[in-house]
Amino acid sequence: MWVSRMRKDISSGIDNVEGREKISGRAQYTSDIRLEGQLYAKTVRATIAHGLIKQIKLPEIPDGYHTVDYTDIPGDNVVNMIESDWPVFAETTVNHIGEPIMLVVGEDKEVINAIIDRIEIRYEPREPEFGFNTSIAKLNFKKGKTKEAFKKADRIIEETYETGYQEQAYIEPQAFIGYPEDEGCTLIGSIQCPYYVKKAVMRTLDVHENAVRVIQAYVGGGFGGKEEFPSLMACQLAVAIKKIGRPIKLVYEREEDMEVTTKRHPAKITMTAAIDAGGKITAIKSHVGLDGGAYLGLSKVVLSRGMLAVTNAYTVANLTVSGDVYKTHTVPNGAFRGFGAPQMIFAIEMFIHHIARSLGEDPFKFRMDHLVRQGDLTATGGVFRDPIIMRDMIAKATDISNYHDKYREYSEKQSNRGIGMSWFLHGCGFTGSGEQDIIKAEVRLKKDTRDIVHILTAAVDMGQGPKTTLKKVVAGVLDIPVENVTFANPDTRYVPDSGPTVASRTMMIVGGLLARAAKKMKSQWVGGQEVVVSEKYAQPDYVKWDQETMQGDAYPAYSWGVNVVEVEVSPITYETRLKNVWTVYDLGKAIDERIVRGQMDGGQAQGLAYGYMEVMNHETGKISQKNLTDYIIPTAVDVAESHNHIMDNPYPLGPYGAKGVGELTLVGGAPAVALAIEQATGQKINRIPATPESLMELMQDE
Amino acid sequence: MNEITFTLNGKKVTLSARGDTRFLDILRKELGLTGPKEGCGEGECGACAVFVDDRLVNSCILPLAAVSGSKVLTIEGYRQTKRYEILETAFLKEGATQCGICTPGMIMAAQNILSQNAHPSEEEIREGLSGNLCRCTGYNMIVKAIRRASKSGDGPW
Repeated sequence: MWVSRMRKDISSGIDNVEGREKISGRAQYTSDIRLEGQLYAKTVRATIAHGLIKQIKLPEIPDGYHTVDYTDIPGDNVVNMIESDWPVFAETTVNHIGEPIMLVVGEDKEVINAIIDRIEIRYEPREPEFGFNTSIAKLNFKKGKTKEAFKKADRIIEETYETGYQEQAYIEPQAFIGYPEDEGCTLIGSIQCPYYVKKAVMRTLDVHENAVRVIQAYVGGGFGGKEEFPSLMACQLAVAIKKIGRPIKLVYEREEDMEVTTKRHPAKITMTAAIDAGGKITAIKSHVGLDGGAYLGLSKVVLSRGMLAVTNAYTVANLTVSGDVYKTHTVPNGAFRGFGAPQMIFAIEMFIHHIARSLGEDPFKFRMDHLVRQGDLTATGGVFRDPIIMRDMIAKATDISNYHDKYREYSEKQSNRGIGMSWFLHGCGFTGSGEQDIIKAEVRLKKDTRDIVHILTAAVDMGQGPKTTLKKVVAGVLDIPVENVTFANPDTRYVPDSGPTVASRTMMIVGGLLARAAKKMKSQWVGGQEVVVSEKYAQPDYVKWDQETMQGDAYPAYSWGVNVVEVEVSPITYETRLKNVWTVYDLGKAIDERIVRGQMDGGQAQGLAYGYMEVMNHETGKISQKNLTDYIIPTAVDVAESHNHIMDNPYPLGPYGAKGVGELTLVGGAPAVALAIEQATGQKINRIPATPESLMELMQDE
Repeated sequence: MNEITFTLNGKKVTLSARGDTRFLDILRKELGLTGPKEGCGEGECGACAVFVDDRLVNSCILPLAAVSGSKVLTIEGYRQTKRYEILETAFLKEGATQCGICTPGMIMAAQNILSQNAHPSEEEIREGLSGNLCRCTGYNMIVKAIRRASKSGDGPW
């Protein structure tokens, strides 16, 4: 029946194809898997933030128990990723609390714990470094003539913004299980990027392609936290399997997961604007500092995405943007839904609002005067080629939320209530030429003799729904029922490398390739015969990007959003209560409205909580929050009912016009809630999360 | 080691284990029931929720000894019921499951809410879900699913 519905409009929601398995508890996540003869592994970790390992004294290790450390690594002791500086096991130096030194492996967890308790590690401590001091990666770009604009400026306004850690807090902690196979191993895990894991393990084991097989189990949430971190665990586990020759399971408990896995980078962003006599922003100078933690990993790419969002949904003619990743002796920070953009979008949204206020202008009008239009140049001198419907979206958002009346009312009369609005964009897919030069995605479709079509990609369904939506795309193009399309969890033995499941790229890039492959298959369709077709990514000719100078089109397409948030802040406890949330999004075309709405609600809950609720910090390198009891994420009573709207604006190269959605729904949350809190409290917010404690500080500083 | 007997999903189970063993480990490792999940191990997230004598509890902070002589219902038993079917359909239709790791616990919480009050208000539903964490959905679609379930069927609750 849904087929006829789909012909009408692909956006009509269908039941999630994995729904029944998950709801009934039948879906097998990594920790649910048990292998015959399996052993357990647990990680021995550094207890100091920085120092040299002088001596490791092992207790007597009982029969059947093993230790595994860097001396067991056949290949490189480094986790292969964009910047490979992260050791699989520490050798002589430790750079953060919790850094892995060895695994202890055996049958009984209690015996393993007893062994670990008796391992003595003697360190020669070194002074740890914290804060924004030692740069390990730099980026910068320019647009126009900033110096001249500043010389001619009527006014110059500068502000600094600070953002804190955010923990992905997927409900399923990190997990792998693996077993020896042929001359290598097979690893099953909770992962977003099967081929990242495979390549990392190949390098660490020093084996060829066929020796490592990676299979995705059901993934209990990722949000970027299972992008690069699982590669580290996989390398450790693979070394252990190689040494011991038995199946081994490595599952983190929540406390371990919170202490040692990657998080959203704390950031410090300085914005300086030149304003001309007519009250227009003529230039912005910006510096973005990210706390990278102990190793670089993906941080430079995170920095890049953050910097590229400098003018967000506005056009400013002259820009000088620089950024640094700073090394600190803390847990390495990494991928998290939004990837640098949430920090920058918080900064620019607050900044433009604050500029308007200090000029005595109406912030809404001031923002409208700077809003980007189709044909404008991007921050890096690329072109916004596709239609931009932000004006309609803003009109819709202000209408459904009654924004203008509420803004006026809450401005005129102190009522502990406030309303905030954010406008934002998010680049879809990898930055710059990443898709073409680094990822080189490939997808395959295979039709068997029963005319069942099998999707072969490395795309991971971690809840965001590609099993359902990519099937819909293929079934739609082929004009066959969705039940005649299969999409198994990726297994690198069978699927080509369609790239990682990150960067809001799955529907636009992988889905786009699948739509083309399906079209090709349709033209070659012969009933009852096997047909296999492949497609490889080719960058559109008009997209030009120079990585050296950071000039050109940073992204092939952008998704857009408007968030409006209404809050009430208690005058006694300073606690913020969300009253209402309204959102309007342009994601090209929703492939499944039900799934997209799920992304909206979920992304928004994370994005808003980033702005006012989720607190994480460290004390001399040790993360203070130990579990979900003290790292507070929203519960069902904390979220507000949402009013979400999707406005179609099909992207010609996306499947059915679809662009990216996953990250978009998070990146605008923090400034919307922070602006609402500003209005409710009358306090200027330059730092998030805006917790009761931080609001109290602002009040007392008055 | 103690010998402990309880009823699990309608069947009598006797096993000998230390009374302080986490009940979640008994379910998952000893008895192979992996529907209850471990999210936090501290009784905070509700992914491991089961009914013990009709009371919703987090099995990760429950010692085995505490279920001695009790009637335990896990998602594996509950999914055989008519009420489960109604909830499953409601969760599917409202898109209330994403990654799914919290969902069996959410289903148990939904049963807990609806068995106490067949027509809960939105506020009561949210309150009833507040012991279960979900990081994907932002909860609204789960709330809607429970409202839908409360309205469907022929007075099943």
